[in-house]
Amino acid sequence: MAAPMLRWGCRGRRWALAWVDGGSCHRRGAPTGSTSNRIRGQSSLAQQPLRTAQKPRKGEHKWAAVVGLEIHAQISSNSKLFSGSQVRFSAPPNSLVSFFDASLPGTLPVLNRRCVEAAVMTGLALNCHINKKSLFDRKHYFYADLPAGYQITQQRLPIAVNGSLTYGISAGKERGQVIPKTVRVKQIQLEQDSGKSLHDDLRSQTLVDLNRAGVGLLEVVLEPDLSCGEEAATAVRELQLILQALGTSQANMAEGQLRVDANVSVHHPGEPLGVRTEVKNLNSLRFLAKAIDYEIQRQISELENGGEILNETRSFHEKLGCTVSMRDKEAKQDYRFMPEPNLPPLLLYDATSLPTDADPQQVINIDQIREMLPELPSVTRERLVQQYGMLPEHSFTLLNEVGLLEFFQNVIKETRAEPKKVTSWVLNIFLGYLKQENLAVSESPVTPSALAELLDLLDSRTISSSAAKQVFEELWKREGKTPGQIVSEKQLELMQDRGALEQFCYSVMKDHPQVVMDVKKGNPRAINKLIGLVRKATLNRADPAVIKEILEKQLSL
Amino acid sequence: MLGQTLREVSAALKQGQITPTELCQKCLSLIKKTKFLNAYITVSEEVALKQAEESEKRYKNGQSLGDLDGIPIAVKDNFSTSGIETTCASNMLKGYVPPYNATVVQKLLDQGALLMGKTNLDEFAMGSGSTDGVFGPVKNPWSYSKQYREKRKQNPHSESGDSDWLITGGSSGGSAAAVSAFTCYAALGSDTGGSTRNPAAHCGLVGFKPSYGLVSRHGLIPLVNSMDVPGILTRCVDDAAMVLGVLAGHDPKDSTTVHDPINKPLVLSSLADVSKLCIGIPKEYLVPELSSEIQSLWSRAADLFESEGAKVIEVSLPHTSYSIVCYHVLCTSEVASNMARFDGLQYGHRCDIDVSTEAMYAATRREGFNDVVRGRILSGNFFLLKENYENYFVKAQKVRRLIANDFVNAFNSGVDVLLTPTTLSEAVPYLEFIKEDNRTRSAQDDIFTQAVNMAGLPAVSIPIALSNQGLPIGLQFIGRAFYDQQLLTVAKWFEKQVQFPVIQLQELMDDCSAILENEKLASVSLKQ
Repeated sequence: MAAPMLRWGCRGRRWALAWVDGGSCHRRGAPTGSTSNRIRGQSSLAQQPLRTAQKPRKGEHKWAAVVGLEIHAQISSNSKLFSGSQVRFSAPPNSLVSFFDASLPGTLPVLNRRCVEAAVMTGLALNCHINKKSLFDRKHYFYADLPAGYQITQQRLPIAVNGSLTYGISAGKERGQVIPKTVRVKQIQLEQDSGKSLHDDLRSQTLVDLNRAGVGLLEVVLEPDLSCGEEAATAVRELQLILQALGTSQANMAEGQLRVDANVSVHHPGEPLGVRTEVKNLNSLRFLAKAIDYEIQRQISELENGGEILNETRSFHEKLGCTVSMRDKEAKQDYRFMPEPNLPPLLLYDATSLPTDADPQQVINIDQIREMLPELPSVTRERLVQQYGMLPEHSFTLLNEVGLLEFFQNVIKETRAEPKKVTSWVLNIFLGYLKQENLAVSESPVTPSALAELLDLLDSRTISSSAAKQVFEELWKREGKTPGQIVSEKQLELMQDRGALEQFCYSVMKDHPQVVMDVKKGNPRAINKLIGLVRKATLNRADPAVIKEILEKQLSL
Repeated sequence: MLGQTLREVSAALKQGQITPTELCQKCLSLIKKTKFLNAYITVSEEVALKQAEESEKRYKNGQSLGDLDGIPIAVKDNFSTSGIETTCASNMLKGYVPPYNATVVQKLLDQGALLMGKTNLDEFAMGSGSTDGVFGPVKNPWSYSKQYREKRKQNPHSESGDSDWLITGGSSGGSAAAVSAFTCYAALGSDTGGSTRNPAAHCGLVGFKPSYGLVSRHGLIPLVNSMDVPGILTRCVDDAAMVLGVLAGHDPKDSTTVHDPINKPLVLSSLADVSKLCIGIPKEYLVPELSSEIQSLWSRAADLFESEGAKVIEVSLPHTSYSIVCYHVLCTSEVASNMARFDGLQYGHRCDIDVSTEAMYAATRREGFNDVVRGRILSGNFFLLKENYENYFVKAQKVRRLIANDFVNAFNSGVDVLLTPTTLSEAVPYLEFIKEDNRTRSAQDDIFTQAVNMAGLPAVSIPIALSNQGLPIGLQFIGRAFYDQQLLTVAKWFEKQVQFPVIQLQELMDDCSAILENEKLASVSLKQ
């Protein structure tokens, strides 16, 4: 529920390191990723795995954690759910407020078609049953940034139910394998966002900004099928990718377009579920995972020490890395749900039920929306594996970084190099550089064309792979040179003149008779030493394979 | 001129017998003279005069906007009016000036109507007397009529003086008084449980409640969203139809309005013959509390239809007796919800307490709402509590469906229109009325009108005759949903038969002759 999402704590576009598919449910003491204050788009360039804590120690196999999520995604729409006001992030306070948003008496809600379509589309992408009839309800509570005193939501009969979300968890020794997991989607409901309260403790006043009041939200309720912070964060990341692929939400957590509340409890397997707590204020994937794992551990130690778990709302404290009770502020309240009398039931149609005389402006056809569904991330990954022969985990990485897939595809388009080579370069070298400097793909100094040209040079054996790395490093300096220019300036071309190379080999053998002797005595490593010496003599411009061939010939091996 | 019907004065304007400005000034002067009726909360004199001036220009240029151009109208003070204070007769909204017009107000203005002012009501339309607003009670113009005064003189027990003035009924009493006292030609009321029909009956007017969904509620400050309908108060049925023709139709700002508009302009044919009609008389409406006078008028009306060839049959609406308690649960629940927005933050009254937001809310709402409103909020929140919701709200919704089905069954049995009383008795003196509390009064007074709102049907109260005391009595016709035109056609035939007398307000004002300059014309007008 989007209920009092109040005191939207760390508002100031604080960048928090997000999730990368490297966390662990089954590894202790992994170092925590360092935080960075760089502002940038929703990405996940965390350099290090998440710290999680879940592995039962010997003799304490008894606790199991149960985690369910309520996710609020702001619908990407020009106007609000029930009014014509614009939706825009960081507009001047109270500049996007209609009479309805300010709940002037006598104003009535008018449902935004785009928001309904977004809900249907998201429901279809999450394998939900779309209810052809859904209802709106009022949920009452007093809060300064909820001007009507109630929020319009879908409590009784939501627009979509009974879906599933499949995500992949990294596993195996090197965490190179991806194990698919599924969490059930209980329902998706349309509802209004609240405004924002800004508390000025100094002057003891609260300022209210209604720009966000009435923005359309999709509340996605996940069944408690998750068992740790990593699973939760990975599932949310997958949902984020799906929403972004659909275009139904920008799902940028830093801008509050995706907000997650977690319900956490622990119990002994085989016994009834424990008392759950709700953890709020989770505005990055990393904090989500941290908060859940902290909360699980807290509950376990509380119970093991004879304490009890209260059914309460807790807030994640980012600096302390722990959850704290929100006490009275969010005390359990009776929301006094009531049908929204100003909105008739929301009726949807499919190809078979569509009335023949229906005004297309007035009806929504589920089948038509189904046909418009874009490729979903899971299908994209499948395609990458099939088409380019990459490992599944590589396809995950490509999708997890914003813009990386597009970058990869652009390189592929322009280069003659093998897809495997491209994959390896993009994921190892290119991504490594980005991470080192904490850059987003869009901020990269190396363009797809430049990398493609570089890989062509490598592919045509014009340069060696070590020279290629050197060229890449030059490219990263943003000096505006093409790979070709760098290669010729630095004279990095491989020696094509076999006679000259033979001469180099001859000189090296002459200068190092001892090594030559070793080779002749049958020391298999000695030839590598010779090769190294020749390469050095050629300033790394010779192909080691060719050198080896020449040496072997000259030594008559 | 002032005593004429809307249709007549509209013709006079078109013919140039009077100009909009002259008409507006006459009405304004009468509003001032009848100030003691307390019909208006706000008189929008400047706005009206400016509108009259513009209307006059249009007439001069031959560009009249239609039948309503230049016609003075009044609007109940729970419809939002751009730039004009809209109070709902509550401290909570004193000083609140909406930035937009209700759709119905806008439609009237678009037709060139002159907005004379905002009329008095029970606070947030909660009441049946127009006695419970923060600006004081509305006085029924009939208290000062020649007809009533003369009857009282004959009664040796009656006291003379002003202390025995009568209530208008409500909650749209201000609108009823405004039309009844000739200060305008039509007024908007609202009707949630009878709030337009009840004062119409007490003030000798036609009070029309359209089908739910036919007329936009956008801008009407809600009482019960699922039952509220803008109501129309006029001096004759044709006028009500004319106004309905302007107001009816889908409004993109109100999702509960229907898409298929009725034929426009709405002109009622004159029924030559009622022999094909079937009139239903609901037997459950014959209650012991009904005054014998009204009962006999009701019966005479049925006889009239029968004697003119109509089929008159008794029908049963078996769940009628549950209507009041069902309404109480649904009404208070929606009230509790609708009133939640009045917290003093965005608009309206705000208390001085600033210890905390919660303390501010509490004090603001305590100061802003009267006991009636607070009482309904309290009950409504009780019914909506999780533990009570099934037992009260859901059950009441089920009963509501049964009540609505009663009507469906009656109409399916071949009945075209139902004929019932509108009220239990004629208007009572204020001092009599306030002996009972608002809740008791509302429960009693809504008895014949409220079920219609539960079912969303059109209904109209038509003045039929004067009581022995010389006070108006109305009867109600109820039609099938969206058969508003048929309903009004029947009502028009009935109106013609009964020849209800025009109020004689000579004793009301010193210079009565100036006001009722053409009383004769007025009397004739109703005979058409």
